[in-house]
Amino acid sequence: MSAENKKTKFKSKSRRERVSRIIIYVFLTLLCLIWMIPFFYLIFQAFRGESKSMVTYVFPKEWSLNNFKILFNDTNFLSWYKNTLIIALFNAVLQTVIVLSVAYALSRMRFKGRKLLMNFMLILGMFPGFLSMIATYFILKLIGLTSENAVPGLILIYAASSGMGYYIAKGFFDTIPKSLDEAARIDGASRSRVFFRIIMPMAKPIIIYTIMMAFIAPWGDFMYASLISFGHEEAYNVAVGLYKWLDKEHINNYFTVFCAGGLFVSVPVTVLFMALQRYYVEGVTGGAVKG
Amino acid sequence: MKQMTELDYLGLPPAKKKLYSIGRFFAAIPGWLLNLLKKIPQGFKKFFCGIGRFFKGIGTIFKEGDFKTRLSFIIMGFGQFFRRQIGRGIIFLFMEAVFIYYMVCFGFGYLKDMGTLGTEAVTKTLNKYGLEVLTYKDNSLKILLYGVLTIFIIIGFIWTWVINIRQNALAQKLIEEGVRPKSFKQDVKSLGDEQYYKTLLAVPLLGIVIFTVIPIFFMILIAFTNYDYSHLPPEKLFGWVGFENFRTMLATDVSGSSKFSFTFREILIWTMIWALVATFSNYFLGMFIAICINKKGIKFKKVFRTILVMTIAVPQFVSLLLVSKMFADEGIVNSILQKLSIISDKIGFMTTPTLAKIMVLVINLWVGIPYLMLITTGVLMNIPADLYESAKIDGASGIKQFTKITLPYMLFVTGPYLLTSFTANINNFNVIYLLTAGAPKTMAYEGGAGQTDLLITWLYTLTMTNNDYKMAAVIGILVFLVVAVISLIVYNLSPAMKNEEDFQ
Repeated sequence: MSAENKKTKFKSKSRRERVSRIIIYVFLTLLCLIWMIPFFYLIFQAFRGESKSMVTYVFPKEWSLNNFKILFNDTNFLSWYKNTLIIALFNAVLQTVIVLSVAYALSRMRFKGRKLLMNFMLILGMFPGFLSMIATYFILKLIGLTSENAVPGLILIYAASSGMGYYIAKGFFDTIPKSLDEAARIDGASRSRVFFRIIMPMAKPIIIYTIMMAFIAPWGDFMYASLISFGHEEAYNVAVGLYKWLDKEHINNYFTVFCAGGLFVSVPVTVLFMALQRYYVEGVTGGAVKG
Repeated sequence: MKQMTELDYLGLPPAKKKLYSIGRFFAAIPGWLLNLLKKIPQGFKKFFCGIGRFFKGIGTIFKEGDFKTRLSFIIMGFGQFFRRQIGRGIIFLFMEAVFIYYMVCFGFGYLKDMGTLGTEAVTKTLNKYGLEVLTYKDNSLKILLYGVLTIFIIIGFIWTWVINIRQNALAQKLIEEGVRPKSFKQDVKSLGDEQYYKTLLAVPLLGIVIFTVIPIFFMILIAFTNYDYSHLPPEKLFGWVGFENFRTMLATDVSGSSKFSFTFREILIWTMIWALVATFSNYFLGMFIAICINKKGIKFKKVFRTILVMTIAVPQFVSLLLVSKMFADEGIVNSILQKLSIISDKIGFMTTPTLAKIMVLVINLWVGIPYLMLITTGVLMNIPADLYESAKIDGASGIKQFTKITLPYMLFVTGPYLLTSFTANINNFNVIYLLTAGAPKTMAYEGGAGQTDLLITWLYTLTMTNNDYKMAAVIGILVFLVVAVISLIVYNLSPAMKNEEDFQ
């Protein structure tokens, strides 16, 4: 093989590489465009000044903040927002405490019935969540935590059922070497001390992940919230409240207001998510790999 | 298939090798299933042996116990009082007192009513002005709920009773050996140490029992009643009907008056197709995109990733509701296509049955690909680079590298995730409900179901709009069975799921 021949071959390969790279760039850019379309659409609709119904064009003819004015002054949106925020804050605290305790106990301690308990929770998780919700509704009704008191009711049931979502946190604890615990215990530290002084400081990523997921989940919950707050508009969360505006009766007067509300809900949640994205990726990839 | 020796196998041409291994895979399936079947009687045997041992254990405690232990069988905490464990004794005695008080005053009454679920819903009496007055008497729903609560209280009490007896036996043994049983102070202290798991798990488990276990038990019972729109308490009563609801739902005779069995079958098939296609399309496309982004020499990796991840961050009820409106008959997509004169008539993206099904699957890609991209990116980074290096030296093409290295590695590592996402897709409420709410509706279906309804969204419609609780409960149980069977098979097939300790 002559030197020249070799050179052309090398060149052709790099050209092929370049072409494939360009194809990939085009593909990814296209993909990102497709992924962004709904969000741009949301923004355009939220700031549209004319006509509150759906229209046949994308770009608004008149930009205005009118939709937000309607949202805050003429609707219950602020009370929905407040409800959701309260639920999310409480949930972030309670769920994190519960998930971390369950995960630590199941990851670090060996006791009779541990395996049984884990299998039991696995089987419980196979029942569709909404099935138990109907009965939960009646139980909550007995203690008077439905309709107008839906907010504490929802906090209670989110927290109560969160113990079953321990998998990702347990997977994380499993990766922390056990010799650390043992060393501390030989030095006379009790289990609770080990938990608070040794494991907790090391578990910062998973704590942030758990808090983040617990805070974000209530913003998107429609199924439970619609059942528990059924028939009492003041107690809705944002998802249930905004959903109503897109049915046949309301959509012509509320479509752009819905978009404004959606934007107002999405922006803080998205910013939080993006800021803590690293922890989310760690949690979700670790959880998927460990199963 | 005949077993081959290693040497024979290595001697085969590559194509035949592949055929052979595929054949062996399928030939092994009956064996796995058989093993699974064998495990079921073993499980039962283990279960009954366990029960037998349990009673035997209590029997021996009674036989070998002194009078303190024996008396504790009736008066809980008695033994503890006389063994200087006064704290424990008080707790046990208190629990027994509360239990007896509850059972005498309420419990027995509730249990008695459980048999009939009430006999008279409303009584009409004439008041002193001669007008009819309605008084609500039996409320089947409350009777059932209180009955279930009572059953769980009894179970809880039996459990504490057993603990009480075992502790007595243990303390007796310790005293005989000359060791002092733990004082109350030591007990409390050990809750932060050796028994720390009790402290950690108490509240979470209580929550799970009250708000998950009891409700599920309650709904399983509902499936055996006729609780629906024509039997709504407090005006009406409902009662036990045995397996009738299951018969309606699973009837093979489709021509009957009720179309429930037909609807169920159709929706089950669609649910399975949905779960399969949604899981695997997301998986492979997500992996493909992750590979594209992570390819050497591609810049702006972070930008691409961040834009895709946006869909996870924005609450689904905003993004999915908006997308569903974009594809509505009057939506922006139809308008634009019409303006560009690509189509003349509106396309019923969400209103024609087949197209609607395809649309929810496609839109689900928009939702699901970012997750898979994140997960697969993580795993791809972990594939040892020297595998690719040596493959390159051997002259393997990009495609070959993918099928021989990347794909097997990915499937191996993310196998468990595939299972969980499959079962999660069976119960994927948000995507279907927010996009179509089950529409397009059809008269061929019973119970307000539509063409894109999954079992879980049908369950929702049945309870929220049709008040057909009995059928909803039946569906819930059937969904559980489907998910449980699939998980059981996959768990038994995949070795990685069995040994959690292997990772440590």
